[in-house]
Amino acid sequence: MRIQRRARAVAASLALGVIALALVAGPAAAGDNSVPGQQPEPTTTTSSPEAESTAISARLIDNTTPNVKGIEGARIVVFQKGKKIGSATSDADGLAVVPLPGAGTYEVRLVASTIPDGVRLTDPDKIRLPDVIVREAQQKFVIFPFGKGSSGGGASAFDRLADLAGAGLRIGLIVAVAATGLSLVFGTTGLINFAHGELLTFGALVAWYLSSSGEGAGITLALAGVIAVLFGGALGFGLEVGLWRRLRARRTGNISMLVVSIGLALFLRSVFQVIFGASPRAYDQYAAQKSVDLGPLDIQPKGLVTIGICAVILVVVALFLLRTRLGTAVRAVTDDPDLAESSGIDVQRVILAAWVTCGMLAAAAGVLLGLNQSVEYDMGFKFLLAMFAVMILGGLGSPFGAMLAGVVLGMAFEVSTYWIANDLKTALYLGVMIVVLLVRPQGILGIKERVG
Amino acid sequence: MDVGKVFTDGARGALSVQSAAFSLAAIGLNVQFGFAGILNFGQVGFLLVGAYGTAITADGGAPLWVGILVGIAAAIALGLLLGIPTLRLRADYLAIVTISSAEILRIGVSSRSLEDFTGGVFGIRGFANSFFDLNPIPVGRYGIGEVSFDHRALWVMTVAWTCVILASLLVRLIARSPYGRMMKAIREDEDAARSLGKNAFSIKLQALVLGGAIGAIGGIIIAIDAQFTNGDYWKSAFTFFAYTVLILGGVGSVLGPVLGSMVFWFIYQALDALLRQSITEGVFGDVFTPSDTGPLRIAFVGLALMALMIFRPQGMFGNRAEALVNE
Amino acid sequence: MSEPILVANDVRKSFGGLLAVNVDRFEVAKGAIVALIGPNGAGKTTFFNLLTGFERRDSGVWRFDGVDLEGKPPHAIARAGMVRTFQIPKALARMSVLDNMKLAAPHQRGERFLISLARRSWREQEAEVEDRAIELLEWVGLEVKRADYAGTLSGGQRKLLELGRALMADPRLVMLDEPTAGVNPTLTATLLERIKDLRGRGLTVVFVEHDMDVVASISDHVVCMAEGVVIAEGSHHEVTSNPAVIDAYLGREHGERATVRS
Repeated sequence: MRIQRRARAVAASLALGVIALALVAGPAAAGDNSVPGQQPEPTTTTSSPEAESTAISARLIDNTTPNVKGIEGARIVVFQKGKKIGSATSDADGLAVVPLPGAGTYEVRLVASTIPDGVRLTDPDKIRLPDVIVREAQQKFVIFPFGKGSSGGGASAFDRLADLAGAGLRIGLIVAVAATGLSLVFGTTGLINFAHGELLTFGALVAWYLSSSGEGAGITLALAGVIAVLFGGALGFGLEVGLWRRLRARRTGNISMLVVSIGLALFLRSVFQVIFGASPRAYDQYAAQKSVDLGPLDIQPKGLVTIGICAVILVVVALFLLRTRLGTAVRAVTDDPDLAESSGIDVQRVILAAWVTCGMLAAAAGVLLGLNQSVEYDMGFKFLLAMFAVMILGGLGSPFGAMLAGVVLGMAFEVSTYWIANDLKTALYLGVMIVVLLVRPQGILGIKERVG
Repeated sequence: MDVGKVFTDGARGALSVQSAAFSLAAIGLNVQFGFAGILNFGQVGFLLVGAYGTAITADGGAPLWVGILVGIAAAIALGLLLGIPTLRLRADYLAIVTISSAEILRIGVSSRSLEDFTGGVFGIRGFANSFFDLNPIPVGRYGIGEVSFDHRALWVMTVAWTCVILASLLVRLIARSPYGRMMKAIREDEDAARSLGKNAFSIKLQALVLGGAIGAIGGIIIAIDAQFTNGDYWKSAFTFFAYTVLILGGVGSVLGPVLGSMVFWFIYQALDALLRQSITEGVFGDVFTPSDTGPLRIAFVGLALMALMIFRPQGMFGNRAEALVNE
Repeated sequence: MSEPILVANDVRKSFGGLLAVNVDRFEVAKGAIVALIGPNGAGKTTFFNLLTGFERRDSGVWRFDGVDLEGKPPHAIARAGMVRTFQIPKALARMSVLDNMKLAAPHQRGERFLISLARRSWREQEAEVEDRAIELLEWVGLEVKRADYAGTLSGGQRKLLELGRALMADPRLVMLDEPTAGVNPTLTATLLERIKDLRGRGLTVVFVEHDMDVVASISDHVVCMAEGVVIAEGSHHEVTSNPAVIDAYLGREHGERATVRS
């Protein structure tokens, strides 16, 4: 039966993402009786007696020494609505775990008098973390970084702005890389892919299992990242061949495909959560680095490396689009699929290339995001709207626009926190995106569509 | 395994206040998307302003019914504010704008800057006592066997499902009227409707506002039931679930969203009982733990949404012939 | 020529520097059947779009039956009595043929939100609308299809449906964009008969057409556009023997002139 064949094909394609993950997670799951998603993480948890329990794990780290080390003997206290919930003293790794009665919003305070001599908080304001939101059965990690503390004596406004711009450039470039992939797919197929965030997460998770799960291959993060990018390309390939191509063949409309991508996103994200667990984790390598001082800019080496890698990726993608036959074909299909088809371009092959590129770019962005922030089952989803914003700002379907917009938006996003509350910055860029869509739907760089 | 519990949990889920609230959210979406063709991905934003409008007003000392009116008025205002500039956009851009607007609202109400007003991440609590004071149902438990509810739950359910019935009747009247015909025409081809003298923009705006207001009632019910609201509840996944409910029931059909919601919540809660039991009884070996139940259920919703969209776009109660007509 | 029902002056529209429409004066006599001809890309459809509000003008004024319509939105222009059809017919696919027709009736009380809820207040009018819709469906020969989804109709049937639907809107002027394009010869004959009927109903017709036989058989006035400009008008014979017209068509065929897309 045709329907059955289709059903099998779709199911198979769905399974692909899962299988790819399962392959990577395989050694971990089969190694002993531990459950995927609960592997004890050597760097952060001590023994993980009952991984189900809800807790706040505070990590106190000293950035002053070249090799980052924990700070022992400091005391943290957890409050909820002014009521003390519990407290703990940091161990030799700088870890202090306070079990919690359940999900909720907590306040975490570091007791100033217990801080050892010779170190102080990088940001003295952060001695109290007022709104730590903890989900059920989550091990919520909070970090108290210690160091010389550039802001100890009150950093100049210029220094702060420079640091924010640096952070913005870093995040903006990562988002630009991811949004370029989103844009390639939208340009060639017209699909607004709500599952794009999950492609990022996929890359980050693959790299985590390969490098940091403690039971995976245990290879370096650099190598794991490269492999994750290849896996990302394979996922893009699998989704196109197994799902999207078939839907296009059934003449499924763009809106229906958009809804399908939402279903796919819900599915993949939940599978990630089952496999990886709900808690954020860090890569073993480069978890906490000492900042280097570049004039007014303080930035961690991994931040610099991230900026470099992103720049290289974007240049390579630009060269691919401008200089290669396939890249030219991608641009031709983006401009006018019918015309491209009639001039002998194999549109299906071009779309496949766009999907593979998209998967690779997303995976790369995911690994870099995990390196700079943390690895989490919904890390990509959190950036989905940012990627949409960048794609729109840059002009829908225009990869070059996405590159520029990522940088502009990322910087604006971070620098804005100099003036507006940190928790409103997301609202700010979403607002910017809406305004752009309303007044210049073709984006900043896009060319106005000719009507008629 | 206790199969009975799977069914009773499912039945309780189908009748729950949540199920009624999702019905209302989906009825609203049906007016917007099913009738007028507006791809509103920010439906949860309408529920949010309904809930907050009610909570803030009632928490500030006004009677609860004033709060409810404020909540609905806030949803109408949101519809106008959102619709006037954006309804000219094509469908997929509109989806992005609406989902972003809902996110802005969620971030806004959770923000520290608005804490005095919205309670920030802590939200607002205990503003609906007067609603429960009105409860005419004597203290006790009511129901058949395991499918029973206490007087408090039954009171909220009664009110909630009454709202669902009224909203369905309203939609039924519209669907069979020239007004509904006009909405469908705009869904089919806006330019054709305009060429025949129909003001497409105005009708779309009305559909957005009407659907938003119906959704807001769902939001108000959720907030009153919990006597609590904060930003965490109103995430975009809520809208995605509401779309699943609508597509499951049948886009464009009057009873689709209601039956869709009941079936959805039956499956969702039955699945919870089923998975929990299976996991504790070791059916899956040690592959899953009880805490995986939540994500596994959502994974199922995702798969169901994809499968429905691909294989049965008309849902359970939609018109198959209609779904198969090509442009 | 009797008094004009539609007068347009200095209507201009350019796309990215290309002047697609540049009409100094365009007049339609009341009760006439006017053909608008011209080579591909002459700007005929754009001109239609401008007059009916579907495209925004750069400049120009037009007056229909004593009312200024420039700058008005499409629905207002349709309500004023100037109703158009489309080159590719826009059947409302997932609505029945009858509902397609009923939709078009003007001044429906039940089209307002609150009134729609009180069935009693619009039931009577709805019955009248339905009677007229059926009458017009019989006239275009689609009565048997009334319960079918419009999406199941053939291209030619859709053209007929659009014509009937346009009449449902009570127009005084109908503007038909290529009414016979893609229609089989049998249906074309029916369509042309119906268009000729319109004059008997006191209507004025403007239509865009490529088929010169069609133009010759039904029009009593012909206007020829090329490159956005009206280059000739008059009777069919006058226009087709005009050297500028021949040049425009031949020039186009020989590819000697740059043309603008419509």
